[in-house]
Amino acid sequence: MAFAPPFLPVTSVVKDMKSRYLIDRSSKAVVLVCATACFVILLAIVVFTLREALPAFRQVGLLDFLFGKEWSPGNKEFGILPIIVGSVVVTAGALIIAVPLGIACAILLAEVAPSRVRQFLRPTVELLVGIPSVVYGLVGMVLIVPLIRQIGGSGYSVAAGVIVLTGMVLPTIISISEDSIRAVPKSYKEGALALGATQWQTIWRVLLPAARSGIMASIILAMGRAIGEAMAMIMVLGNAAVIPTSLLGPARTLAGSIAVEVNYASGVHQSALFATAVVLFLMVIIVNSMALVVLRRGGRVQNVG
Amino acid sequence: MSIKASRSWVFLVMVGVLALALALAACGSGGSGTVTEAGSTTVQPLAEKLAAAFKQKQPDARVIIQGGGTSVGIKSVKDGTVDIGAASRELTPDDPPLAKHLLARDGIAIVTGPNNSVTGLTKAQVRDIFGGIITNWKDVGGPNHEIHVIVREEGSGTRTAFEDMVMAKPEPAMKIMNTAIQLPSNGAIKTAVASDTNAIGFISFGYLDTSIKALAIDGVAATEPNAKNGTYPIVRPLYFLTKEQPTGLVKDFIDFCLSPDGQAIVTQEGYISVI
Repeated sequence: MAFAPPFLPVTSVVKDMKSRYLIDRSSKAVVLVCATACFVILLAIVVFTLREALPAFRQVGLLDFLFGKEWSPGNKEFGILPIIVGSVVVTAGALIIAVPLGIACAILLAEVAPSRVRQFLRPTVELLVGIPSVVYGLVGMVLIVPLIRQIGGSGYSVAAGVIVLTGMVLPTIISISEDSIRAVPKSYKEGALALGATQWQTIWRVLLPAARSGIMASIILAMGRAIGEAMAMIMVLGNAAVIPTSLLGPARTLAGSIAVEVNYASGVHQSALFATAVVLFLMVIIVNSMALVVLRRGGRVQNVG
Repeated sequence: MSIKASRSWVFLVMVGVLALALALAACGSGGSGTVTEAGSTTVQPLAEKLAAAFKQKQPDARVIIQGGGTSVGIKSVKDGTVDIGAASRELTPDDPPLAKHLLARDGIAIVTGPNNSVTGLTKAQVRDIFGGIITNWKDVGGPNHEIHVIVREEGSGTRTAFEDMVMAKPEPAMKIMNTAIQLPSNGAIKTAVASDTNAIGFISFGYLDTSIKALAIDGVAATEPNAKNGTYPIVRPLYFLTKEQPTGLVKDFIDFCLSPDGQAIVTQEGYISVI
């Protein structure tokens, strides 16, 4: 503030300083307001959900709610165990297929493919990331459900859900993993090759472990999208609240359960749907924490974001 | 700026944002010259045709028709979100007190794919199929294949009416099997059944067309004359519900729907008129 250039008249220096000070202060204020608003909104959502869920927990009982096997609001039965199992099965199934496939595709794009192929494939993958879930659901309902029907059952099945979810999370895993592999410093790769490693040895033993945190981040993001997916799952899973006994049988997910019934639920039923949302929150938190633990054990603690 | 001053500044900003958020939350909505309707997907196509005809009579009126299912209609009109709620079943003591206007009657058709060899069932057979007791088409005269049962979501008026008229008697009431596929509208069930010969579902008469086959129940074909004269066993009322007795544009619209012109549209669309 004291370093005014000597050849400027004093009055204009003072005006300059005042406006600089004002701009500085007001930008700080704007940023503060935005950050606070974000925090307040997040807190409000969590508090509101918990508050609305309390009547259900009180009336139904926590254990009966979480481990009850019958979800039948018309008969006042609110047990979400089959729905939790449905969510876990469909998400796990999608990740088991999508993670190896996605990382392999990322390696292909980052290390193996010629640049012209990459120039074509990479924007395509980015496009697929942005397609809304309802479109995946529509394709699943019109294309995949009849195909599964040929194999057995009515077509509305866990298998259809897994296929649709895999399609949804694959582009996310590919694009973020590829970015992480590309972000590994070139010296790692050059050092490994200089020491005599083959291309595959370099990728598997040097690049992938170095990109580990980014790849984990992509898997966590994919898991978040998969667990929270409502629209597409309503259209292909069949929404039967039973524990899925076969890949060809119907199932229901937590998010799908909320979406199918929320419009008309009232009283305890509505509160039970909020309680379902609380369970969904908890699942996401557990999954994220598990991922962070794995990351820390791996040695490289970086910002997962 | 000292650290102390900084903290109170932050606190003031937080309070300000919170106050703004609460103020915005209290905002409501309004609008005149518009009638909003929501609820039963059975009533929806009929209501859309009635709304279009009403607009020809009163060009500056807007009637907005939405779906969502009977329970959505009842809840929305009770909450004041819409002017008219549409229901496709009788109201029960559990429902909130609302003014009822009988719009039409409608049969519920038991449908299967157009290539299914079965053409009719008894009411008892329908009950056993949807209850999960009969699981193969060969037990009711069809091919040797598993029956794929498709039903509506629990809040559906069509489902509740079906449960009351088919599943409830003879006592004790039988529950619909819990592995049945649940889809959220009449249209969704129609599409699902049309693409699967081995599927069975229930939809409103107003949705019947050549893409699906309506089964005869107890020997009676699923046609409007049979529903009107009482020989077809599964018929339920369609209601427009309002919070209190309607006034203004809402009253004009409901009066139009109940007038001979409106009821002519009801018959035209495949429902049963009340006059």
